[in-house]
Amino acid sequence: MSALDNTARADGSEGSYNFAYLDEQTKRMIRRAILKAIAVPGYQVPFASREMPMPYGWGTGGVQVTAAILGSDDVLKVIDQGSDDTTNAVSIRAFFEKTANVATTTHTAEATIIQTRHRIPERQLEEGQILVYQVPIPEPLRFLEPRETETRKMHALEEYGLMHVKLYEDIARHGHIATTYAYPVKVDGRYVMDPSPTPKFDNPKMHDMAALQLFGAGREKRIYAVPPYTRVESLDFEDHPFQVQRFDKPCALCAAEDVYLDEVILDDRGGRMFVCSDTDHCEERRTAGHRGEMAGEEIAARLSAGHASDGEDGQ
Amino acid sequence: MYVAVKGGEKAIRNAHRLLAHKRRGDRTVPDLTLAQIAEQLSLSVARVMAEGSLYDLELAALAIKQSRGDLIEAIFLLRAYRTTLPRFGYSLPLDTGDMLVRRRISATYKDLPGGQLLGPTFDYTHRLLDFSLAAEGGVPPERPELAKIDDDDAKIPRVTDLLGQEGLIEADRPAGETDDGDVGDLTREPLSFPADRDLRLQNLARGDEGFLLALGYSTQRGYGRTHPFAGEIRFGEVEVEFFAEELGFAVPLGRVQVTECQMVNQFQGSAKAPPQFTRGYGLVFGQSERKAMSMALVDRALRAAELGEEEIAPAQDQEFVLSHSDNVQATGFVEHLKLPHYVDFQAELDLVRRMRREWQERQTAEAGDARQEAAE
Amino acid sequence: MPAQVEPAFASSAPATGFADPVHDAQRAFRAIMTAMSRPGHRQDLDAGALRPPAPLTPVAAAVALTLFDYDTPVWLDQALADTTPVRRFLSFHTGCPITTDPSEAAFALISDPARMSSPADFAQGSLEYPDRSTTLIVMVGEISAGRQVSLSGPGLNAPVSIGIADIPSAIWPQLIANRAHFPCGVDLLFADRGGLAGLPRSTRISLERG
Repeated sequence: MSALDNTARADGSEGSYNFAYLDEQTKRMIRRAILKAIAVPGYQVPFASREMPMPYGWGTGGVQVTAAILGSDDVLKVIDQGSDDTTNAVSIRAFFEKTANVATTTHTAEATIIQTRHRIPERQLEEGQILVYQVPIPEPLRFLEPRETETRKMHALEEYGLMHVKLYEDIARHGHIATTYAYPVKVDGRYVMDPSPTPKFDNPKMHDMAALQLFGAGREKRIYAVPPYTRVESLDFEDHPFQVQRFDKPCALCAAEDVYLDEVILDDRGGRMFVCSDTDHCEERRTAGHRGEMAGEEIAARLSAGHASDGEDGQ
Repeated sequence: MYVAVKGGEKAIRNAHRLLAHKRRGDRTVPDLTLAQIAEQLSLSVARVMAEGSLYDLELAALAIKQSRGDLIEAIFLLRAYRTTLPRFGYSLPLDTGDMLVRRRISATYKDLPGGQLLGPTFDYTHRLLDFSLAAEGGVPPERPELAKIDDDDAKIPRVTDLLGQEGLIEADRPAGETDDGDVGDLTREPLSFPADRDLRLQNLARGDEGFLLALGYSTQRGYGRTHPFAGEIRFGEVEVEFFAEELGFAVPLGRVQVTECQMVNQFQGSAKAPPQFTRGYGLVFGQSERKAMSMALVDRALRAAELGEEEIAPAQDQEFVLSHSDNVQATGFVEHLKLPHYVDFQAELDLVRRMRREWQERQTAEAGDARQEAAE
Repeated sequence: MPAQVEPAFASSAPATGFADPVHDAQRAFRAIMTAMSRPGHRQDLDAGALRPPAPLTPVAAAVALTLFDYDTPVWLDQALADTTPVRRFLSFHTGCPITTDPSEAAFALISDPARMSSPADFAQGSLEYPDRSTTLIVMVGEISAGRQVSLSGPGLNAPVSIGIADIPSAIWPQLIANRAHFPCGVDLLFADRGGLAGLPRSTRISLERG
């Protein structure tokens, strides 16, 4: 008997997959790792990451965490760069629609689970919500020390001097800490943790967040967590306190201030506009009647309609 | 509730349709069958099974067809499929000594019990394009004369066992260490360092052929030299058996083709131990001598610490080798750079702009100071 | 290895497991995960039709079926270890090896908290691998907003007071010591008749006065 005859078919017809793709034993293994991660906030728990049907580096860690926690009554939101309609977010959302037949949403407030790459939603998350981060390199010390055996020792002994030296060298050379994203944090006063490559703008949102934060790194085989209401401090110095970037202008579409903005290049003459990276937040504000300076223009309609192309029929 | 989103979804659908179209290619050309791939591209199939860690000719052929012949993509497809399969347990260790041998050569002896058996090999072929293969429906090749293989006669002693009888080569495992049957499995426990040899070998067996080839080659060029001899390379079929707890005995599951390479390496000895050769080991699904040999070279190089050798070369550095050998991981992470990174790039843009502004201000201020001084 | 597996096919069939293994396990897991991420906040857990052999309780059985398998050596307290149907139930539904060595257990099932061993007897993990520690599942009469201890730390926006029936008061100082070894130490799940509360090692415990 051949495997082709009796198992999941490549055509992906409904019902041929396990619920949320993973088999129950894999889910149990991931679930146990998640519980340890919650019990030791910020510590990276090794887990036997599986090959998923999307490539490593494209969210396999987040996908495995989501698959292990997801239930049929959950409402899932998936974002990449803050947006629901970037291609990878679309692909991951479609994966769970297909394999778990789960309800999805683009509205942050409606979601019970939000899987994200590179952003934390602008809207304050609530108790009971779960934020799942896709993490490429979970080890905050990796670029200072490539060896796992060494970084593990540093975490064990709470020996984080090297990280401070690196940040201070930035200050000496540039007058600034030159880390703008994946900016290291300390969790509950113990573990230095990589917040995933979110811009440091988002770091303060992690502190005391009401939602549970889970981090999955598939290729590197690590899961870590920040429970709700946990102290998360960005590393800094007394004379150089942590600061987030601020934008000179509000969002050109919804006039939001104190949000993270994407720069959109309008022409080859230096024309550019700044718009919310969190597309759901921007839409909600516009629905509520907020108007940015370019809200009425043609570009606004085009941005709202999405601008991904398949390359066959051009832009 | 299903919320349709804009843009991306349609673009992805169209791109997938285009991909399927390109995969099929010119529709006037007959569609490839899995049997054709399995029979006529059997070494591709072998590689996909080996690095995909799943022995199934038909699925590997399907993966190759689906991936348009991109073998790493095919390996990835097979690995992802493997994730969905339930695990029933572990097979008993394969006995390669009991292999139904299709090919067996030794570079260390001119002749030896069991003989040199060339079998199907590219070795000694002249690498001249054979234009007769270009003609469709050409004359099939002459049938080879096949020696009758008798299961009992087929048991061919391993070269390393012959050396071992004289104590000329180290034992399979260090003295005092017994086989507790406790073999690690990095698909169930993530690798932690330092990794023991069982896990290292598993990692290498799944590792990328090209990566291992380059590393093995580097040891030959002096980056962690190990003085290797190809003690024996054998290729053939071995029985896979599974011990069924309920039945109380082992049941045969079938046969798999494997290539095994035993490298005989640089001897060592000390005041306490007489000089003897050391081993490097390679075992791969299907016929893949390049991979089995490379694996054996790298395995031996990775034993540097255990054998008291200085660790100076990349091939001896287990964190480096084991962390980068998996091509599914590697291709995923390299190619993930195609994903949007504009949020992080925005943060960098912002910082660089700010730092340039501050630099400009400093320059202006300094120029001002200089003028001031000159004037005084 | 001291771990041993019970023969899976014994004379009488063990009590049934989850009616819907995929979704029942998922629901139970979410309750466990919420309990661990909100220490001291009791979570309801509906064990459905589970009727495990006593003294294993339905809620503890649901936790076991959700988290145990052949990768997790499980330690049983005396009352459970002495009950063949319990061992058979666990082996049949989860395949978990039963160990008699608490320091190599991934999980410990404790049905008789009054005679509970010290948390320090179980696997504590190491500074390099604090995750290699035992999770204790303790079956208790009732988890209430009682007045035994006050909890604070990760997962809690304000200190929470809880009381757990059947727990000897001597355990609390031992659990305070458990916190002092952070990041090493055990994690606990208290299971009562219809729900559970988590006490991960990260939680700071203070004894309530009076």
